Amino acid sequence: MWKYSDKVMDHYRNPRNVGKIDDADVIGEAGSLTCGDSLKLYLKIKDGVVTDAKFQTFGCGSAVASSSILTEMVIGKPIEEVRKITNADIAKELDGLPPEKMHCSVMGHEALEDALKKYYDEEIEFDVSDNKTSRVVCTCFNVTEDVIKEAIEVNGLTTLEDITNYTKAGGACGRCKGDIQKLIDKYAKKNEPKLSPAQLILKINKVIENVIAPELQKDGGDIELVDISENKVYVKLQGRCSSCKNSVLTLKSFVETTLRDKVSNDIEVIQV
Amino acid sequence: MVIYLDNNATTKVDEKVFDEMLPYLKDEYANPSSMYEFSVKSSNAIADAREQMRDFFGAKSEREVIFTSCGSESANMAIRGAVAHNKSKKHIVTTKVEHPCVLNTYKSLEKQGYKVDYVGVNSNGELDMDELREKITDDTALVSVMWANNETGVIFPVREIGEIIKSKNPNTLFFVDAVQGAGKVDISVEDTQIDMMGVSGHKFHAPKGIGALYVKSSVILPPLITGGHQERGYRAGTENVPYIVGMGKAAALAKEGLKYEGTEVKRLRDKLETGILKATYNSRLNSSISNRVPNTTNIGFEYIEGELILLHLSDLGICASSGSACTSGSLEPSHVLRAMGTPFTSLHGSIRFSLSRFTTENEIDYVLEKLPKVIEDITRISPYQEELEHLRKSRAKCNGGVCNKGNCNNGKCCESD
Repeated sequence: MWKYSDKVMDHYRNPRNVGKIDDADVIGEAGSLTCGDSLKLYLKIKDGVVTDAKFQTFGCGSAVASSSILTEMVIGKPIEEVRKITNADIAKELDGLPPEKMHCSVMGHEALEDALKKYYDEEIEFDVSDNKTSRVVCTCFNVTEDVIKEAIEVNGLTTLEDITNYTKAGGACGRCKGDIQKLIDKYAKKNEPKLSPAQLILKINKVIENVIAPELQKDGGDIELVDISENKVYVKLQGRCSSCKNSVLTLKSFVETTLRDKVSNDIEVIQV
Repeated sequence: MVIYLDNNATTKVDEKVFDEMLPYLKDEYANPSSMYEFSVKSSNAIADAREQMRDFFGAKSEREVIFTSCGSESANMAIRGAVAHNKSKKHIVTTKVEHPCVLNTYKSLEKQGYKVDYVGVNSNGELDMDELREKITDDTALVSVMWANNETGVIFPVREIGEIIKSKNPNTLFFVDAVQGAGKVDISVEDTQIDMMGVSGHKFHAPKGIGALYVKSSVILPPLITGGHQERGYRAGTENVPYIVGMGKAAALAKEGLKYEGTEVKRLRDKLETGILKATYNSRLNSSISNRVPNTTNIGFEYIEGELILLHLSDLGICASSGSACTSGSLEPSHVLRAMGTPFTSLHGSIRFSLSRFTTENEIDYVLEKLPKVIEDITRISPYQEELEHLRKSRAKCNGGVCNKGNCNNGKCCESD
């Protein structure tokens, strides 16, 4: 049995806003009968605000819960805010979903995105998804590169298993797994989140003190951090290092490499 | 309250089985191989259980019974042993609807260079006998089929299959996975061409963790687990005395209960099945009507999804299972129902109810009282309201509103009426 949060259980037991809106302004659709889950999201939009939302879902408990909570999340909200809702927001609002069920939150978001695209196509020109490619990567579940890219970026996915849990891609015949791996390599963030200037200074200082200086001290040298300006780190080599003719080598091959490896790969070390 | 209708997944341990086991979990703990008086009771208990299993299998000799840890081990030992026995042959025939423990064993043999043919089934879940006949060649080391399918309960004609195999190639070995037949129908190997047959104790009211394999005396299998001399060298490891005793007792009780299974359990199953098909317009039977074990029914609910049905049933204390992708963890719906060509409209909403001799009439009545509302509520959420309305109208014209598929072509017959 899946471990569902109380909120998920509440929403599949008592789904909110079930049904259709006969005079809906837009209807967003996602999934298919063949794939095992599908969703129709009906939106009523007035003066740029979602005034009503209803849904019809074919799917499991978490698919119904994702759809149900999504309607609650959008009702009364201006379109500009609704646009920013991601699948991660839907999952968060449900107090989380089991990893294997994250694709249900993705389906909810896809239906919302589909609805907004239709809305903007009618209302104003907007680039919600105009510039997207729609290459199908997984033919079993009809999953496009866009969907995979977005799942990677929004949820910080890094493995094949993640992609399957979130989008279903690769979950059937598995022939697209190589393709998916390429997309992971292409879109997944390999670096940690960008550090603030203060965090950067602290981290650089720490690496110099704890890693670099002790190594140089072994050879009778030392290093002093003079200044940091964006990606440029100004240092002064001391002791035996200062007179060593290989100091440039030390600087580039050891100090800079270590800092690039431990802190950020765009660091440049300059001797003052 | 638990209404347990998932007896093809596992069964409750019979009190009588438990009582029989208890002494061997407490005072009679001797290793049956030891050389003192204290161990005699343990070794006698195993001998008695072996005799009970021999009788259950309809085997000629108790030497044809090997105790294993489960159905999967029985299948692995038989399959891997059979190909080792028929070393020069590199071909295997099985079916598309076998249990994963069998299918995945074949997948691993394919990687070792074996060619495996998977014979298909029709929309009733019945085996394509012509295809089976065609596939057997001089190079066929092994044919393996299940006695009854775990998802649909459909019985394969193992006697006839055995005759076909031996008439085409007398050297081909025949393995039957009888895990889902045991305790539901007579699984005697007498007068059949079965060479090996596996069962699992927990499917017929023994505990989990014990199984058995019938191996015809003329077939020599290498052990899967090497070590001591237990099971005459066929399966090393100190005998699991209490569980072996328990399974022996469970087998004896199962044999006694076969008549009850075929009459009373069948009556309750039929009552449940007909009741559901009548009370819900968007349901259809996913198998043949007649050729089934008496405890199983597999019903597809169209345009709704199985996990959601199970979750709602669970809230009512009702335990069943589903061929839906969402419950399997694999994202793909049941390989059995797909092999049968079950339409996508009902594939994801397929629910299996499996009864046992402990199922009561009250329980069935309770399910029949509660289930229609569950289905109605879930159907109301479905995005396929137009299709459902069309289905409701066409089903109303057809067979009293019941699609029992006896004369139904994948649910299409109702629409053409």
